[in-house]
Amino acid sequence: MTIDEVRTGLANGSITATAVAEQHYARIAAEDGPAGKDIHSFLALSRERALGQAAKIDSLAKSGDALPPLAGVPVGIKDVLTMVGSPATAGSKILEGYMPPYDATAVTKLEAAGAVLLGKLNCDEFAMGSSNENSAYGPVRNPRALDRVPGGSSGGSAAAVAAGFATASLGTDTGGSIRQPAAFCGVVGVLPTYGRVSRYGLIAFASSLDRVGPFALNVRDAATMLGILAGHDPMDATSADRPVGDYTGALSKPVHGLRIGVPEEYFGEGLDPEIRAAIEKALDILRKAGCEIKKISLPHTRYAVPTYYVIATAEASANLSRFDGVRYGLRAKGANTLSAMYRETRDQGFGAEVKRRILLGTYALSAGYYDAYYRKAQQVRTLLTRDFLTAFNGVDAIVTPMTPSPAFKLGEKTDDPVKMYLEDIYTVAASLAGVCGMSVPCGATAAGLPIGVQILGRHFDEETMLRVGLAVESGE
Amino acid sequence: MAENGGVTEQDVLRVAELANLELTSEEVPRMQRDLNAILGHVAQLQELNTEGVPAMSQVGEMLGAEIEGTGAALRPDKVRPSLDRKLVMASAPETDGRFFKVPKVIER
Repeated sequence: MTIDEVRTGLANGSITATAVAEQHYARIAAEDGPAGKDIHSFLALSRERALGQAAKIDSLAKSGDALPPLAGVPVGIKDVLTMVGSPATAGSKILEGYMPPYDATAVTKLEAAGAVLLGKLNCDEFAMGSSNENSAYGPVRNPRALDRVPGGSSGGSAAAVAAGFATASLGTDTGGSIRQPAAFCGVVGVLPTYGRVSRYGLIAFASSLDRVGPFALNVRDAATMLGILAGHDPMDATSADRPVGDYTGALSKPVHGLRIGVPEEYFGEGLDPEIRAAIEKALDILRKAGCEIKKISLPHTRYAVPTYYVIATAEASANLSRFDGVRYGLRAKGANTLSAMYRETRDQGFGAEVKRRILLGTYALSAGYYDAYYRKAQQVRTLLTRDFLTAFNGVDAIVTPMTPSPAFKLGEKTDDPVKMYLEDIYTVAASLAGVCGMSVPCGATAAGLPIGVQILGRHFDEETMLRVGLAVESGE
Repeated sequence: MAENGGVTEQDVLRVAELANLELTSEEVPRMQRDLNAILGHVAQLQELNTEGVPAMSQVGEMLGAEIEGTGAALRPDKVRPSLDRKLVMASAPETDGRFFKVPKVIER
Protein backbone atom coordinates (compact mmCIF):
# COMPACT_ATOMS: atom_id res chain seq x y z
CA MET A 1 0.00 0.00 0.00
CA THR A 2 1.33 3.44 -0.87
CA ILE A 3 0.97 6.49 1.37
CA ASP A 4 -1.77 7.85 -0.90
CA GLU A 5 -3.71 4.55 -0.76
CA VAL A 6 -3.63 4.55 3.05
CA ARG A 7 -4.68 8.20 3.27
CA THR A 8 -7.46 7.91 0.70
CA GLY A 9 -8.81 4.76 2.35
CA LEU A 10 -8.85 6.44 5.76
CA ALA A 11 -10.48 9.58 4.41
CA ASN A 12 -13.31 7.70 2.68
CA GLY A 13 -13.76 5.27 5.55
CA SER A 14 -12.99 2.09 3.57
CA ILE A 15 -10.15 1.15 5.95
CA THR A 16 -9.03 1.94 9.48
CA ALA A 17 -5.50 2.59 10.70
CA THR A 18 -5.95 -0.26 13.18
CA ALA A 19 -6.91 -2.69 10.41
CA VAL A 20 -3.96 -1.57 8.28
CA ALA A 21 -1.56 -2.10 11.19
CA GLU A 22 -3.05 -5.52 11.98
CA GLN A 23 -2.82 -6.58 8.30
CA HIS A 24 0.84 -5.64 8.22
CA TYR A 25 1.57 -7.43 11.50
CA ALA A 26 -0.23 -10.50 10.12
CA ARG A 27 1.93 -10.45 7.00
CA ILE A 28 5.07 -10.04 9.09
CA ALA A 29 4.01 -12.95 11.31
CA ALA A 30 3.35 -15.15 8.27
CA GLU A 31 6.38 -14.31 6.14
CA ASP A 32 9.20 -12.64 8.05
CA GLY A 33 10.06 -15.58 10.32
CA PRO A 34 11.62 -19.02 9.66
CA ALA A 35 8.15 -20.58 9.23
CA GLY A 36 7.53 -18.20 6.31
CA LYS A 37 10.13 -16.82 3.92
CA ASP A 38 12.64 -16.21 6.72
CA ILE A 39 13.33 -12.69 5.45
CA HIS A 40 14.20 -11.61 9.01
CA SER A 41 13.74 -7.89 8.40
CA PHE A 42 12.30 -7.07 11.84
CA LEU A 43 14.32 -7.39 15.06
CA ALA A 44 11.51 -6.17 17.34
CA LEU A 45 7.84 -5.27 16.97
CA SER A 46 6.29 -2.32 18.80
CA ARG A 47 2.66 -3.47 18.79
CA GLU A 48 1.51 -1.48 21.79
CA ARG A 49 2.88 1.80 20.53
CA ALA A 50 1.67 1.15 16.97
CA LEU A 51 -1.86 0.17 17.92
CA GLY A 52 -2.13 3.10 20.36
CA GLN A 53 -1.21 5.48 17.54
CA ALA A 54 -3.57 3.69 15.11
CA ALA A 55 -6.47 4.12 17.56
CA LYS A 56 -5.69 7.83 17.81
CA ILE A 57 -5.69 8.18 14.02
CA ASP A 58 -8.96 6.26 13.76
CA SER A 59 -10.74 8.54 16.23
CA LEU A 60 -9.35 11.54 14.35
CA ALA A 61 -10.71 10.11 11.06
CA LYS A 62 -14.08 9.43 12.70
CA SER A 63 -14.34 13.01 13.96
CA GLY A 64 -13.87 14.21 10.38
CA ASP A 65 -10.90 16.42 11.28
CA ALA A 66 -8.12 16.95 8.76
CA LEU A 67 -5.73 13.99 8.72
CA PRO A 68 -1.98 14.54 9.09
CA PRO A 69 0.18 13.71 6.03
CA LEU A 70 1.22 10.21 7.18
CA ALA A 71 -2.05 9.31 8.93
CA GLY A 72 -2.13 5.56 9.54
CA VAL A 73 0.90 4.86 7.35
CA PRO A 74 2.77 1.77 8.64
CA VAL A 75 6.50 2.54 8.94
CA GLY A 76 9.52 0.55 10.15
CA ILE A 77 12.58 2.05 11.85
CA LYS A 78 16.17 0.91 11.33
CA ASP A 79 17.51 -0.35 14.63
CA VAL A 80 20.22 2.29 14.89
CA LEU A 81 17.63 4.93 15.80
CA THR A 82 16.15 5.15 19.28
CA MET A 83 12.47 4.56 19.92
CA VAL A 84 11.10 4.48 23.45
CA GLY A 85 9.54 1.14 24.35
CA SER A 86 11.67 -0.91 21.93
CA PRO A 87 15.20 -2.19 22.42
CA ALA A 88 17.92 -0.42 20.41
CA THR A 89 20.61 -2.92 19.39
CA ALA A 90 22.32 -1.37 16.33
CA GLY A 91 22.54 -5.02 15.21
CA SER A 92 25.15 -5.62 17.91
CA LYS A 93 25.43 -7.95 20.90
CA ILE A 94 27.12 -5.15 22.83
CA LEU A 95 23.80 -3.27 23.10
CA GLU A 96 21.69 -6.33 23.90
CA GLY A 97 18.95 -5.39 26.34
CA TYR A 98 19.40 -1.63 25.98
CA MET A 99 16.11 0.29 26.23
CA PRO A 100 16.69 3.87 25.10
CA PRO A 101 15.18 6.60 27.31
CA TYR A 102 14.27 8.97 24.45
CA ASP A 103 13.01 9.02 20.84
CA ALA A 104 15.16 10.00 17.87
CA THR A 105 13.94 13.26 16.29
CA ALA A 106 13.16 11.43 13.02
CA VAL A 107 10.97 9.00 14.98
CA THR A 108 9.20 11.85 16.82
CA LYS A 109 8.54 13.67 13.54
CA LEU A 110 7.09 10.62 11.76
CA GLU A 111 4.76 9.84 14.63
CA ALA A 112 3.67 13.47 14.92
CA ALA A 113 2.79 13.28 11.21
CA GLY A 114 0.48 10.33 11.92
CA ALA A 115 2.73 7.38 11.03
CA VAL A 116 2.18 4.06 12.80
CA LEU A 117 5.58 2.73 13.87
CA LEU A 118 5.56 -1.05 13.52
CA GLY A 119 8.98 -1.91 14.98
CA LYS A 120 12.74 -1.99 14.62
CA LEU A 121 14.49 -3.25 11.48
CA ASN A 122 17.54 -5.47 11.13
CA CYS A 123 20.82 -4.00 9.88
CA ASP A 124 24.54 -4.63 9.76
CA GLU A 125 26.21 -4.21 13.15
CA PHE A 126 26.61 -0.47 13.79
CA ALA A 127 25.60 0.04 10.13
CA MET A 128 28.92 -1.43 8.98
CA GLY A 129 28.37 -3.59 5.94
CA SER A 130 27.09 -3.83 2.40
CA SER A 131 25.07 -7.05 2.66
CA ASN A 132 23.38 -7.14 6.09
CA GLU A 133 25.41 -10.28 6.83
CA ASN A 134 27.18 -8.48 9.71
CA SER A 135 24.09 -8.31 11.93
CA ALA A 136 24.74 -10.10 15.23
CA TYR A 137 21.12 -11.25 15.05
CA GLY A 138 21.45 -12.99 11.68
CA PRO A 139 21.25 -11.92 8.03
CA VAL A 140 18.27 -10.58 6.09
CA ARG A 141 17.09 -12.21 2.86
CA ASN A 142 16.21 -10.25 -0.25
CA PRO A 143 12.42 -10.57 -0.75
CA ARG A 144 12.94 -10.47 -4.54
CA ALA A 145 15.37 -13.43 -4.46
CA LEU A 146 15.53 -15.26 -1.15
CA ASP A 147 19.00 -16.77 -1.72
CA ARG A 148 20.47 -13.28 -2.12
CA VAL A 149 21.43 -10.42 0.17
CA PRO A 150 19.18 -7.35 0.45
CA GLY A 151 22.24 -5.08 0.52
CA GLY A 152 23.37 -3.18 3.55
CA SER A 153 23.63 -1.76 5.96
CA SER A 154 19.90 -0.84 5.95
CA GLY A 155 18.99 -4.30 4.58
CA GLY A 156 15.99 -4.76 6.88
CA SER A 157 14.61 -1.33 5.96
CA ALA A 158 14.76 -2.07 2.22
CA ALA A 159 13.49 -5.65 2.57
CA ALA A 160 10.51 -4.66 4.77
CA VAL A 161 9.24 -2.18 2.16
CA ALA A 162 9.92 -4.56 -0.76
CA ALA A 163 8.11 -7.42 1.04
CA GLY A 164 5.03 -5.31 1.79
CA PHE A 165 5.63 -5.39 5.57
CA ALA A 166 5.64 -1.57 5.73
CA THR A 167 4.65 1.28 3.42
CA ALA A 168 7.89 3.11 4.16
CA SER A 169 10.87 2.86 6.48
CA LEU A 170 13.79 4.78 7.89
CA GLY A 171 17.35 3.86 7.07
CA THR A 172 20.74 5.46 7.48
CA ASP A 173 23.43 5.98 4.86
CA THR A 174 27.09 6.50 5.76
CA GLY A 175 28.67 5.12 2.57
CA GLY A 176 25.69 3.83 0.59
CA SER A 177 23.59 2.08 3.22
CA ILE A 178 20.25 3.44 1.97
CA ARG A 179 20.89 3.63 -1.78
CA GLN A 180 22.54 0.23 -2.35
CA PRO A 181 19.88 -1.87 -0.52
CA ALA A 182 17.14 0.17 -2.25
CA ALA A 183 18.67 -0.85 -5.61
CA PHE A 184 19.06 -4.50 -4.56
CA CYS A 185 15.45 -4.77 -3.34
CA GLY A 186 13.76 -2.69 -6.06
CA VAL A 187 12.47 0.18 -3.91
CA VAL A 188 13.18 3.92 -3.73
CA GLY A 189 15.80 5.11 -1.21
CA VAL A 190 16.76 8.72 -0.50
CA LEU A 191 20.03 10.05 0.91
CA PRO A 192 19.23 13.62 1.95
CA THR A 193 21.96 16.29 1.86
CA TYR A 194 24.32 16.14 4.87
CA GLY A 195 22.63 18.26 7.55
CA ARG A 196 19.13 18.07 6.05
CA VAL A 197 17.68 15.54 8.52
CA SER A 198 18.35 15.51 12.26
CA ARG A 199 20.49 12.71 13.67
CA TYR A 200 19.46 13.18 17.28
CA GLY A 201 18.86 9.66 18.58
CA LEU A 202 21.01 7.98 15.93
CA ILE A 203 23.69 5.62 17.25
CA ALA A 204 26.72 7.18 15.57
CA PHE A 205 29.06 5.32 13.19
CA ALA A 206 30.97 8.08 11.33
CA SER A 207 29.70 11.51 12.30
CA SER A 208 30.91 13.49 9.27
CA LEU A 209 29.12 11.00 7.00
CA ASP A 210 26.07 9.50 8.78
CA ARG A 211 22.69 10.54 7.37
CA VAL A 212 19.08 9.49 8.04
CA GLY A 213 16.70 9.01 5.11
CA PRO A 214 13.57 7.20 3.89
CA PHE A 215 12.77 4.09 1.88
CA ALA A 216 9.47 4.04 -0.01
CA LEU A 217 7.58 2.24 -2.76
CA ASN A 218 7.73 5.16 -5.18
CA VAL A 219 9.27 8.60 -5.63
CA ARG A 220 6.17 10.50 -4.49
CA ASP A 221 6.05 8.61 -1.18
CA ALA A 222 9.77 9.23 -0.70
CA ALA A 223 9.20 12.96 -1.28
CA THR A 224 6.38 12.97 1.29
CA MET A 225 8.59 11.21 3.84
CA LEU A 226 11.49 13.60 3.21
CA GLY A 227 9.19 16.60 3.71
CA ILE A 228 8.32 15.31 7.18
CA LEU A 229 11.90 14.41 8.16
CA ALA A 230 13.74 17.48 6.85
CA GLY A 231 14.55 20.55 8.89
CA HIS A 232 16.74 22.06 11.54
CA ASP A 233 16.81 20.47 15.00
CA PRO A 234 18.26 22.33 17.98
CA MET A 235 19.17 18.92 19.44
CA ASP A 236 21.59 18.21 16.55
CA ALA A 237 24.29 20.84 16.10
CA THR A 238 25.14 19.44 12.65
CA SER A 239 21.61 19.82 11.29
CA ALA A 240 21.41 22.70 8.82
CA ASP A 241 19.30 25.77 9.44
CA ARG A 242 18.14 25.97 5.82
CA PRO A 243 14.64 26.38 4.38
CA VAL A 244 12.96 23.03 3.66
CA GLY A 245 11.68 22.62 0.11
CA ASP A 246 8.19 21.62 -1.02
CA TYR A 247 9.26 18.17 -2.17
CA THR A 248 5.91 16.80 -3.34
CA GLY A 249 5.01 20.14 -4.94
CA ALA A 250 8.28 20.09 -6.89
CA LEU A 251 7.24 16.80 -8.53
CA SER A 252 4.66 18.56 -10.71
CA LYS A 253 7.37 20.63 -12.42
CA PRO A 254 8.47 19.11 -15.74
CA VAL A 255 12.11 18.03 -16.20
CA HIS A 256 12.24 19.59 -19.68
CA GLY A 257 15.44 21.60 -20.07
CA LEU A 258 17.28 20.09 -17.09
CA ARG A 259 20.94 19.30 -17.73
CA ILE A 260 21.88 15.77 -16.66
CA GLY A 261 25.55 14.89 -16.15
CA VAL A 262 26.79 11.38 -16.86
CA PRO A 263 30.26 10.82 -15.33
CA GLU A 264 32.43 8.56 -17.46
CA GLU A 265 34.23 7.22 -14.35
CA TYR A 266 31.05 5.37 -13.29
CA PHE A 267 30.84 3.30 -16.47
CA GLY A 268 34.23 1.59 -16.42
CA GLU A 269 35.41 -1.95 -15.98
CA GLY A 270 33.40 -4.11 -13.59
CA LEU A 271 29.98 -2.70 -14.46
CA ASP A 272 27.51 -5.48 -15.18
CA PRO A 273 26.34 -5.24 -18.84
CA GLU A 274 22.66 -5.65 -17.94
CA ILE A 275 22.97 -2.75 -15.48
CA ARG A 276 24.76 -0.62 -18.07
CA ALA A 277 21.90 -1.24 -20.51
CA ALA A 278 19.27 -0.37 -17.88
CA ILE A 279 21.03 2.92 -17.04
CA GLU A 280 21.26 3.79 -20.74
CA LYS A 281 17.53 3.12 -21.01
CA ALA A 282 16.89 5.45 -18.06
CA LEU A 283 18.99 8.14 -19.77
CA ASP A 284 16.90 7.67 -22.91
CA ILE A 285 13.75 8.25 -20.89
CA LEU A 286 15.21 11.50 -19.59
CA ARG A 287 16.35 12.54 -23.08
CA LYS A 288 12.83 11.94 -24.43
CA ALA A 289 11.42 14.01 -21.56
CA GLY A 290 13.50 16.94 -22.78
CA CYS A 291 16.59 16.72 -20.60
CA GLU A 292 19.97 17.57 -22.02
CA ILE A 293 22.34 14.64 -21.37
CA LYS A 294 25.96 15.76 -20.96
CA LYS A 295 29.13 13.70 -20.51
CA ILE A 296 31.04 14.93 -17.46
CA SER A 297 34.09 13.88 -15.46
CA LEU A 298 34.49 13.37 -11.72
CA PRO A 299 38.23 12.73 -12.00
CA HIS A 300 39.00 11.57 -8.45
CA THR A 301 36.27 8.89 -8.32
CA ARG A 302 38.71 5.96 -8.16
CA TYR A 303 40.10 7.30 -4.88
CA ALA A 304 36.70 7.47 -3.18
CA VAL A 305 36.65 3.93 -1.71
CA PRO A 306 40.09 4.11 -0.01
CA THR A 307 39.36 7.66 1.20
CA TYR A 308 36.05 6.56 2.62
CA TYR A 309 37.45 3.53 4.43
CA VAL A 310 40.12 5.63 6.17
CA ILE A 311 37.78 8.44 7.25
CA ALA A 312 34.79 6.29 8.19
CA THR A 313 36.86 3.85 10.25
CA ALA A 314 38.81 6.64 11.99
CA GLU A 315 35.55 8.25 13.08
CA ALA A 316 34.08 4.88 14.03
CA SER A 317 37.05 4.06 16.25
CA ALA A 318 36.30 7.23 18.23
CA ASN A 319 32.49 6.88 18.25
CA LEU A 320 32.52 3.24 19.31
CA SER A 321 34.80 3.87 22.28
CA ARG A 322 31.65 4.66 24.28
CA PHE A 323 30.66 0.98 24.27
CA ASP A 324 32.59 -0.15 27.31
CA GLY A 325 30.17 -2.08 29.51
CA VAL A 326 29.70 0.72 32.03
CA ARG A 327 26.42 2.45 31.24
CA TYR A 328 24.30 0.16 29.03
CA GLY A 329 24.19 -3.14 27.21
CA LEU A 330 26.57 -6.02 27.71
CA ARG A 331 29.19 -6.26 30.47
CA ALA A 332 31.68 -9.14 30.48
CA LYS A 333 31.36 -11.20 33.64
CA GLY A 334 34.24 -11.99 35.95
CA ALA A 335 36.69 -9.22 35.03
CA ASN A 336 38.60 -8.08 38.12
CA THR A 337 39.69 -4.66 36.96
CA LEU A 338 38.10 -1.85 35.01
CA SER A 339 40.48 -2.10 32.05
CA ALA A 340 40.01 -5.88 31.79
CA MET A 341 36.25 -5.33 31.91
CA TYR A 342 36.46 -2.83 29.02
CA ARG A 343 38.54 -5.14 26.86
CA GLU A 344 36.58 -8.31 27.56
CA THR A 345 33.23 -6.58 27.06
CA ARG A 346 34.34 -5.19 23.72
CA ASP A 347 35.80 -8.55 22.68
CA GLN A 348 32.56 -10.39 23.48
CA GLY A 349 30.23 -7.64 22.27
CA PHE A 350 31.65 -6.61 18.90
CA GLY A 351 31.56 -8.74 15.75
CA ALA A 352 34.50 -9.31 13.39
CA GLU A 353 33.71 -6.48 10.94
CA VAL A 354 33.31 -3.93 13.73
CA LYS A 355 36.62 -4.99 15.29
CA ARG A 356 38.30 -4.83 11.88
CA ARG A 357 37.08 -1.27 11.34
CA ILE A 358 37.98 -0.13 14.86
CA LEU A 359 41.49 -1.53 14.39
CA LEU A 360 41.88 0.07 10.96
CA GLY A 361 40.61 3.44 12.22
CA THR A 362 42.81 3.35 15.31
CA TYR A 363 45.79 2.46 13.12
CA ALA A 364 45.05 5.36 10.73
CA LEU A 365 44.89 7.79 13.65
CA SER A 366 47.89 6.45 15.57
CA ALA A 367 51.19 8.27 15.96
CA GLY A 368 53.35 7.93 12.86
CA TYR A 369 50.48 7.07 10.50
CA TYR A 370 48.12 10.02 11.00
CA ASP A 371 49.59 12.16 8.18
CA ALA A 372 50.00 9.30 5.72
CA TYR A 373 46.46 7.97 6.17
CA TYR A 374 43.97 10.19 7.95
CA ARG A 375 45.23 13.62 6.87
CA LYS A 376 45.86 12.38 3.34
CA ALA A 377 42.30 11.02 3.14
CA GLN A 378 40.89 14.33 4.38
CA GLN A 379 42.78 16.14 1.61
CA VAL A 380 41.51 13.73 -1.04
CA ARG A 381 38.01 14.27 0.37
CA THR A 382 38.43 17.95 -0.54
CA LEU A 383 39.35 16.96 -4.11
CA LEU A 384 36.37 14.61 -4.37
CA THR A 385 34.02 17.35 -3.12
CA ARG A 386 35.50 19.87 -5.55
CA ASP A 387 34.79 17.38 -8.37
CA PHE A 388 31.08 17.59 -7.53
CA LEU A 389 31.01 21.37 -7.00
CA THR A 390 32.68 21.86 -10.40
CA ALA A 391 30.36 19.39 -12.14
CA PHE A 392 27.25 21.04 -10.68
CA ASN A 393 28.30 24.34 -12.28
CA GLY A 394 27.37 22.77 -15.62
CA VAL A 395 24.61 20.29 -14.80
CA ASP A 396 21.51 20.18 -12.59
CA ALA A 397 21.70 16.51 -11.61
CA ILE A 398 24.05 13.57 -12.13
CA VAL A 399 22.93 10.07 -13.17
CA THR A 400 25.03 6.93 -12.58
CA PRO A 401 24.57 3.21 -11.98
CA MET A 402 23.76 2.55 -8.31
CA THR A 403 25.70 -0.70 -7.96
CA PRO A 404 28.27 -2.47 -10.16
CA SER A 405 26.30 -5.73 -10.01
CA PRO A 406 22.85 -6.89 -8.88
CA ALA A 407 22.21 -8.47 -5.44
CA PHE A 408 24.77 -11.19 -4.77
CA LYS A 409 24.28 -14.52 -3.00
CA LEU A 410 24.41 -14.82 0.79
CA GLY A 411 27.95 -15.80 1.79
CA GLU A 412 29.44 -14.91 -1.59
CA LYS A 413 31.68 -12.05 -0.41
CA THR A 414 31.95 -12.49 3.34
CA ASP A 415 35.52 -13.78 3.23
CA ASP A 416 37.15 -10.86 1.45
CA PRO A 417 36.77 -7.40 3.02
CA VAL A 418 38.33 -5.55 0.07
CA LYS A 419 35.90 -7.22 -2.37
CA MET A 420 33.01 -6.28 -0.07
CA TYR A 421 34.27 -2.67 0.24
CA LEU A 422 34.43 -2.36 -3.56
CA GLU A 423 30.67 -2.95 -3.55
CA ASP A 424 30.53 0.72 -2.47
CA ILE A 425 32.36 2.05 -5.54
CA TYR A 426 29.42 4.14 -6.83
CA THR A 427 28.08 5.24 -3.45
CA VAL A 428 30.90 6.60 -1.28
CA ALA A 429 31.97 9.63 -3.35
CA ALA A 430 28.57 11.29 -2.83
CA SER A 431 28.76 10.37 0.86
CA LEU A 432 32.12 12.11 1.24
CA ALA A 433 30.97 15.19 -0.72
CA GLY A 434 27.72 15.57 1.24
CA VAL A 435 25.51 15.94 -1.85
CA CYS A 436 22.00 14.46 -1.94
CA GLY A 437 21.28 11.23 -3.79
CA MET A 438 18.67 8.60 -4.40
CA SER A 439 18.19 5.18 -5.93
CA VAL A 440 15.21 4.63 -8.22
CA PRO A 441 14.26 1.22 -9.69
CA CYS A 442 14.96 1.11 -13.44
CA GLY A 443 14.27 -2.44 -14.52
CA ALA A 444 15.57 -5.90 -13.73
CA THR A 445 18.12 -8.40 -14.99
CA ALA A 446 17.01 -11.37 -17.10
CA ALA A 447 17.10 -13.38 -13.87
CA GLY A 448 14.63 -10.93 -12.33
CA LEU A 449 16.99 -9.10 -9.98
CA PRO A 450 16.13 -5.41 -9.48
CA ILE A 451 18.38 -2.68 -10.93
CA GLY A 452 18.63 0.83 -9.48
CA VAL A 453 19.76 4.09 -11.03
CA GLN A 454 21.50 6.68 -8.85
CA ILE A 455 20.47 10.32 -9.15
CA LEU A 456 22.65 12.89 -7.39
CA GLY A 457 21.69 16.50 -6.74
CA ARG A 458 23.38 19.66 -5.51
CA HIS A 459 23.72 20.26 -1.79
CA PHE A 460 20.24 21.07 -0.43
CA ASP A 461 18.58 20.71 -3.85
CA GLU A 462 16.56 17.57 -3.23
CA GLU A 463 13.73 19.01 -5.37
CA THR A 464 15.59 18.68 -8.68
CA MET A 465 16.86 15.20 -7.77
CA LEU A 466 13.31 14.03 -6.93
CA ARG A 467 11.92 15.48 -10.19
CA VAL A 468 14.50 13.53 -12.18
CA GLY A 469 13.68 10.43 -10.11
CA LEU A 470 9.99 10.76 -10.88
CA ALA A 471 10.70 11.20 -14.60
CA VAL A 472 12.70 7.93 -14.65
CA GLU A 473 10.02 6.12 -12.64
CA SER A 474 7.20 7.41 -14.90
CA GLY A 475 9.05 6.31 -18.03
CA GLU A 476 9.64 2.76 -16.78
CA MET B 1 56.21 -0.81 11.20
CA ALA B 2 57.51 -3.99 9.64
CA GLU B 3 59.66 -4.57 6.58
CA ASN B 4 57.87 -4.04 3.25
CA GLY B 5 55.54 -1.60 4.96
CA GLY B 6 53.29 -4.44 6.15
CA VAL B 7 51.38 -4.67 9.42
CA THR B 8 52.96 -7.20 11.80
CA GLU B 9 51.29 -9.24 14.53
CA GLN B 10 52.90 -6.86 17.04
CA ASP B 11 51.28 -3.90 15.25
CA VAL B 12 47.88 -5.59 15.47
CA LEU B 13 48.33 -6.22 19.18
CA ARG B 14 49.52 -2.66 19.82
CA VAL B 15 46.56 -1.12 17.94
CA ALA B 16 44.18 -3.50 19.72
CA GLU B 17 45.55 -2.26 23.03
CA LEU B 18 45.07 1.38 21.97
CA ALA B 19 41.47 0.55 21.01
CA ASN B 20 40.75 -1.39 24.22
CA LEU B 21 40.08 -4.53 22.22
CA GLU B 22 41.04 -7.95 23.44
CA LEU B 23 41.69 -10.25 20.48
CA THR B 24 41.75 -14.04 20.69
CA SER B 25 44.79 -15.84 19.31
CA GLU B 26 42.74 -16.92 16.28
CA GLU B 27 41.64 -13.35 15.56
CA VAL B 28 45.14 -11.85 15.44
CA PRO B 29 46.39 -13.47 12.18
CA ARG B 30 43.03 -12.88 10.50
CA MET B 31 43.05 -9.18 11.42
CA GLN B 32 46.68 -8.92 10.34
CA ARG B 33 45.81 -10.37 6.92
CA ASP B 34 42.75 -8.13 6.50
CA LEU B 35 44.50 -4.93 7.62
CA ASN B 36 47.31 -5.59 5.15
CA ALA B 37 44.81 -6.19 2.34
CA ILE B 38 42.86 -3.02 3.12
CA LEU B 39 45.94 -0.84 3.63
CA GLY B 40 47.32 -2.21 0.35
CA HIS B 41 44.21 -0.84 -1.33
CA VAL B 42 44.44 2.47 0.58
CA ALA B 43 48.08 2.91 -0.55
CA GLN B 44 46.88 4.21 -3.93
CA LEU B 45 46.03 7.52 -2.24
CA GLN B 46 49.77 8.19 -2.17
CA GLU B 47 49.72 8.53 -5.99
CA LEU B 48 47.86 11.82 -5.63
CA ASN B 49 49.74 15.06 -5.12
CA THR B 50 47.82 16.83 -2.37
CA GLU B 51 50.32 19.54 -1.60
CA GLY B 52 48.48 22.71 -0.64
CA VAL B 53 45.08 20.97 -0.61
CA PRO B 54 43.24 21.78 2.62
CA ALA B 55 42.10 18.85 4.77
CA MET B 56 38.33 18.59 4.97
CA SER B 57 36.64 17.31 8.10
CA GLN B 58 33.03 17.92 7.11
CA VAL B 59 31.10 19.34 4.19
CA GLY B 60 29.94 22.61 5.80
CA GLU B 61 33.46 24.02 5.38
CA MET B 62 33.28 23.47 1.63
CA LEU B 63 29.96 25.26 1.31
CA GLY B 64 31.32 28.42 2.90
CA ALA B 65 29.52 27.97 6.20
CA GLU B 66 31.23 30.44 8.49
CA ILE B 67 31.97 29.58 12.05
CA GLU B 68 30.53 32.31 14.19
CA GLY B 69 33.13 33.06 16.85
CA THR B 70 31.32 35.33 19.30
CA GLY B 71 28.84 32.77 20.60
CA ALA B 72 25.89 34.91 19.49
CA ALA B 73 24.54 32.04 17.37
CA LEU B 74 24.56 29.54 20.22
CA ARG B 75 21.25 28.59 21.73
CA PRO B 76 20.39 30.25 25.05
CA ASP B 77 21.95 28.55 28.06
CA LYS B 78 18.68 27.60 29.72
CA VAL B 79 18.04 24.98 32.38
CA ARG B 80 15.96 22.13 30.97
CA PRO B 81 14.86 18.88 32.53
CA SER B 82 17.42 16.09 32.17
CA LEU B 83 16.64 12.49 31.29
CA ASP B 84 14.91 10.60 34.08
CA ARG B 85 17.68 9.01 36.13
CA LYS B 86 15.62 5.88 36.80
CA LEU B 87 15.14 5.29 33.08
CA VAL B 88 18.83 5.73 32.41
CA MET B 89 19.90 3.48 35.28
CA ALA B 90 17.41 0.80 34.19
CA SER B 91 19.77 -0.08 31.32
CA ALA B 92 22.95 -0.11 33.42
CA PRO B 93 24.69 -3.49 33.82
CA GLU B 94 25.45 -2.75 37.48
CA THR B 95 24.16 0.16 39.55
CA ASP B 96 23.15 1.13 43.07
CA GLY B 97 20.31 3.18 41.59
CA ARG B 98 22.27 6.43 41.73
CA PHE B 99 25.67 5.57 40.24
CA PHE B 100 27.21 3.13 37.79
CA LYS B 101 29.25 0.45 39.56
CA VAL B 102 32.49 -0.76 38.00
CA PRO B 103 35.28 -3.17 38.97
CA LYS B 104 38.44 -1.97 40.72
CA VAL B 105 39.97 1.03 38.94
CA ILE B 106 43.48 1.10 40.45
CA GLU B 107 45.58 -1.83 39.32
CA ARG B 108 48.89 -3.06 40.67
